[in-house]
Amino acid sequence: MKKLLLGNEAVARGLFEGGCRVASSYPGTPSTEVTECAALYDEIYCEWAPNEKVAMETAIGAAIAGARSFCGMKHVGLNVAADPLFTASYTGVNAGMVIVVADDPGMHSSQNEQDSRHYAMASKTMMLEPADSAECLAFAKQAYVLSERFDTPVILRLTTRIAHARSLCELGTREDVGVLPYEKNIAKNVMMPAMAKGRHVVVEKRVLDQTAWAESEAVDAGINKVEWNSKKIGVIAAGTCYQYAKEALGDQASYLKLGCVYPLPVDLIRSFAETCETVYVLEELDDYIETHCRKHGISVIGKDAFTLQGEYSQSLIAKVILGTEKPVLTADVHVPGRPPVLCAGCPHRGLFYALKKIGVMVSGDIGCYTLGAMQPLGMIDTVICMGASVSALHGRNKANPEYSSKSVAVIGDSTFIHSGVTGLINIAYNQSNSVVIILDNSITGMTGHQQNPTTGLTIKGDPTSAVSLEKLAEAVGIQRVRVVDPYNLKECEDAIREELDVDAPSLIISRRPCALLKKVKHNPPLKVNADKCRSCKMCMRIGCPAISFKDNKAVIDFMQCVGCNVCRQMCKFDAIEG
Amino acid sequence: MATKSIMIVGVGGQGTLLASRILGAALVSEGFDVKVSEVHGMSQRGGSVVTYVRYGECVASPIIEKGEADLLLSFEQLEAARWLAYLKTDGKLIVNTQTIDPMTVISGADTYPDGVLDALRAAGADVTAIDALSLAVEAGSAKAVNVVLIGVLASKSEIAKQVWIDALHETVPPKFLEMNLKAFELGWNYEN
Repeated sequence: MKKLLLGNEAVARGLFEGGCRVASSYPGTPSTEVTECAALYDEIYCEWAPNEKVAMETAIGAAIAGARSFCGMKHVGLNVAADPLFTASYTGVNAGMVIVVADDPGMHSSQNEQDSRHYAMASKTMMLEPADSAECLAFAKQAYVLSERFDTPVILRLTTRIAHARSLCELGTREDVGVLPYEKNIAKNVMMPAMAKGRHVVVEKRVLDQTAWAESEAVDAGINKVEWNSKKIGVIAAGTCYQYAKEALGDQASYLKLGCVYPLPVDLIRSFAETCETVYVLEELDDYIETHCRKHGISVIGKDAFTLQGEYSQSLIAKVILGTEKPVLTADVHVPGRPPVLCAGCPHRGLFYALKKIGVMVSGDIGCYTLGAMQPLGMIDTVICMGASVSALHGRNKANPEYSSKSVAVIGDSTFIHSGVTGLINIAYNQSNSVVIILDNSITGMTGHQQNPTTGLTIKGDPTSAVSLEKLAEAVGIQRVRVVDPYNLKECEDAIREELDVDAPSLIISRRPCALLKKVKHNPPLKVNADKCRSCKMCMRIGCPAISFKDNKAVIDFMQCVGCNVCRQMCKFDAIEG
Repeated sequence: MATKSIMIVGVGGQGTLLASRILGAALVSEGFDVKVSEVHGMSQRGGSVVTYVRYGECVASPIIEKGEADLLLSFEQLEAARWLAYLKTDGKLIVNTQTIDPMTVISGADTYPDGVLDALRAAGADVTAIDALSLAVEAGSAKAVNVVLIGVLASKSEIAKQVWIDALHETVPPKFLEMNLKAFELGWNYEN
């Protein structure tokens, strides 16, 4: 029977069926569920690593040791893991290794819109791109075979609309190839100049072999495929863009669907293009396939007619190619925006309000707390990448030491372990008078509650050792370490003021578990005593979604309120009651 | 048959994802090709959320664009207005009359508009408005708004009632099943 699987769930199934034994990943939308679903199979050893670099190195180690392995990440995670990727392309594998990278065109939950296909080309690593869940499963499984055949890691590239769409899959059985023997081979596995020179020759030869495969065998295997309909319009596409094109154009066009986006075939594309009157390359983000076509003198229409930004869709394609648009209904009403917000009871709220009261510059980071940038809190000045809050604060304070008493960094527990700790070591080593605040909510929050090295639990929920943030900070040379409760506004404000005034690096741990965690017991919801409410709107300044104003009085939504008491500390008239 | 498109919109945390899973399960058991597109991550934190459900003989695109939805199921009034343009001009709109202030309103930067339902009707939409929150509370939990609304949607579909009930059994955790079956029943029996 066919099952409706999320693209990510289907990839996990493909890994299982393909005989994966070791999986190591760092969560990141839209890639997270691949690893969460892989963890449900007892046959796969599965873990959350501290970051993507560690995850990829773990997978490489396992593959060289002889076990089929996996690591998964979002597009920006591949930046972190790029170092091992480029050299693993040289060493190759022993048992198969599959890397999932999930791009996020349109930035549903990301800080940039980078196109991971460039990494495949730059590192000369084979890249497959599925177009629905059935292909997610089939390509993941096939990737192990290709990885071993060509002795290379294979990247499976997803985008949000593939990773987070459900479609039907036929489930198969697991092909367990066991653990392959390991043999020491320094010419292949020790990448110092003399050996790496030899391996680079192997890599270039491998690309030629894979290109030949992409021209013919990949077509026989249905990975690259041509669908002939009307030859007036030819479409070259991969992944979700192929689906949009089919939706918009149906049999008014012929299609060259590329399941392998690195390396790209040349003759296959040329003969398809020469048979069609007008040829479009439909690809989100960069002009990656288009550039390949132009390099080989194949005339196509791409970014001149479309866009480098955001997602494509069937309506965009219909509008550009056919000139058609659907009629729409319009309601004559002003619709206020509804941006995402910190949840009711979120422990980050109290800490951000304390920062607002003091009025500091905040060097921010990636996680739920990035939402602290939004009004009415508005307390983040910069967000760059995972870990940058800490190191960028150090740079700021070195640029102008006077900033030291007016600036802080905020970073979550998982992000701190990911890449904030190295910045903290730099602060201690190179002595900037920096105040770093770890927002420790005991979970990786934004990606949907994943365990991490500070939580004391593994991905499978088994107890394990937990990093002590206090001891870690002391060990790297931070003398001033203190813990505050973000539900206590005065405690937070006093602690931050004190640390800003001290002439030494310091770490404040704002500790309170995420209010959405099942283990967290909530207090009964608070109520507003309308007789006492003076309509001053002080309680509105913390930006709690549970508080609104009705008939000129504050009202607390009993469904959302978890009784965190932060609003109660804002009210000067004791109008908020338990 | 031509591919049909259903859009489910609401506010992060209202349970739109479960609603789309129940709908997906029912459509699969009817033998359709189905695609369900969800957005996870940041927008789930109280933001405007949207799920696309498409079904037919062979579904290509997983998303729905402006003017394409045969049915728009909105968990909140303002969200119905936000996504109205996605409805076909002869499509059906089911809207929960519940209102939830967005942060732009809470922070005082904007105001929640009056007369949203009238504006939706004036725009020419075929509107079914329902107080799903009250029915959910009647069923035993305010959180069952999603299943009440699925009940309303189901009552307007071609699919037999038992298929929907089987889909609930498949998707809802056992300890909440009884309450959700009651919520479904209240939605199913709702007369506009």
